[in-house]
Amino acid sequence: MTGLLELVGVGREFPRRGRAVPALTDIDLRIARTSFVCVVGASGSGKSTLLSLVAGLDRPSSGEILLDGNPVLGPGPDRGLVLQSGAVYPWRTVERNVAFGLELLRIDRAERARRVAWYLEETGLTALRSALPKQLSGGQRQRVAIARALACEPDVLLLDEPFGALDVQTKEDMQLFIRRVWRDTGTTVLMVTHDVEEAVFLGQRVVVLASDPGRIAADITLELPEERELAIKRTPEFLELRARVEDLVRTFHQHAG
Amino acid sequence: MAGLAKARPAGGVAPERPPTARQLFGALPRRRPSGPPGTLLALRTPLPGRIRTLLVLASVAVPLLVWLVLGASGAVEPRFLPAPGAVWTAGVEMARSGELVTDAWATVRRILYGYGLGVAVAVPLGVAMGSFTAARSALEPVSGLLRYLPAAAFTPLLLIWLGIGESPKIALIFIGTVFFNMLMVADAVRQVPLELVNVSYTLGARRGEVLGKVILPYALPGIVDAVRVNFAAAWGLVVVAELVNSQEGLGKRILLAQRFTQTDKIFAILVVIGLIGVTADVALRITRDRIGRWVP
Ligand SMILES: Nc1ncnc2c1ncn2[C@@H]1O[C@H](COP(=O)(O)OP(=O)(O)O)[C@@H](O)[C@H]1O
Ligand SMILES: [Mg+2]
Repeated sequence: MTGLLELVGVGREFPRRGRAVPALTDIDLRIARTSFVCVVGASGSGKSTLLSLVAGLDRPSSGEILLDGNPVLGPGPDRGLVLQSGAVYPWRTVERNVAFGLELLRIDRAERARRVAWYLEETGLTALRSALPKQLSGGQRQRVAIARALACEPDVLLLDEPFGALDVQTKEDMQLFIRRVWRDTGTTVLMVTHDVEEAVFLGQRVVVLASDPGRIAADITLELPEERELAIKRTPEFLELRARVEDLVRTFHQHAG
Repeated sequence: MAGLAKARPAGGVAPERPPTARQLFGALPRRRPSGPPGTLLALRTPLPGRIRTLLVLASVAVPLLVWLVLGASGAVEPRFLPAPGAVWTAGVEMARSGELVTDAWATVRRILYGYGLGVAVAVPLGVAMGSFTAARSALEPVSGLLRYLPAAAFTPLLLIWLGIGESPKIALIFIGTVFFNMLMVADAVRQVPLELVNVSYTLGARRGEVLGKVILPYALPGIVDAVRVNFAAAWGLVVVAELVNSQEGLGKRILLAQRFTQTDKIFAILVVIGLIGVTADVALRITRDRIGRWVP
């Protein structure tokens, strides 16, 4: 089966002191529709660069990226992006943040309201619909960013360390939340994180990125139950998988120390 | 770690460890703690409302009181420093004769035209400078340089170019404020986080939509602030323009009063200028706070 999203020999170099230094090389990745794939790697291994390329905000130096067989040429709402900072519009209420993409599409008012209401309900933001972002907690703001991206019905949702700035308790709430939203919306998720436990808990598949230059070191399909609760993090199967991935990340992290 | 463990002799004698930092260096001198800060002098701490009101009142009342006392004691000749009462009377007289309103309106109108025109030009150019590197490269060096030319020095040139009507005065205000506004608007626009722009593209926005629906709303409070700050400069310039050549206006009235040593009149006009300026400033500040309600 061909993937929904395909990266073929993708590389990206950045100029540094007059030389082209590769940040990513030879990335071959095939992501199936409706799957949940996590990419883990140490910081600086090129995770954000990878997502920028898929989002179309940056162009690869080599190779190509295909979505449904069509080359990715620029950013678009078929690939929603959520960043660690959330980057919600601070002057828009929660509701109007979520409506942003639909406003651009000139969807009529009633239909827009219907859709926004669904995503607000799904993300537990209905009561906060009229709040401004400055009144929200970090986790709530990430929910807004996720709801805003999902309202555009993306083929794939790109998450760049979306829970990286949250405290541990909120982070676990958000992990359960994103699993539920993924199943309820039927979208495909490609998430990058440096948190191995998070990657193993969330993903059906974990791709380990090696640093310097960023490249794929391992691609592991997780044999964990589809229904995941937090308690699973204490099972021997989970702990063993987590240890395996952690060892891989450590082995391929060049600048340890 | 492993090396240390191996080095430990079987006999159990404590191994030679390098000295810790504490053993290596002598003790640092300890400074006396700074103690709890007093309310009045604590850095950047909110004051109780009552003390704040008191300070604000004092800042107005004390100079007024000094002025009253100096005027009443006759220590300074009224020719130099008229008593507050005399200033009040002069002001009321000017108001009654209608010349105050005519002059004030003439001045305000010049500001509205000159500064309004300046803002109308500076905002689009500043937004362009803040958004496009090309516009920045083309405009920033020039406006940065022109900003440092003292606008008042243009007065003779403007008189030669534009004659003696309203246009040289309006042009002076325009020249004196437009470059400052451009650069400050550009700065406000550059505060927009790149992430916000990038995310907007992934939500399907085109370039024009990013400009209109993301960059402008984000920068708007900053733009209004720039306009408010530079408004004060417009006031300074209009009075200079009127001193040189005009039929009416508050600056012109000051010049006439000086000719007859009517210091009380000059003071009254200065007070009027100050009041109009403060009113405008407060109005712009309120506007800014309303527009920027969302600012964290
Ligand atoms: N715009 C850029 N210009 C130059 N170098 C960059 C740029 N973006 C990323 N890099 C470099 O690419 C490498 C990977 O960065 P990044 O993708 O941000 O890593 P991660 O997200 O995994 O922490 C880093 O060495 C970084 O310095
Ligand atoms: Mg990153």
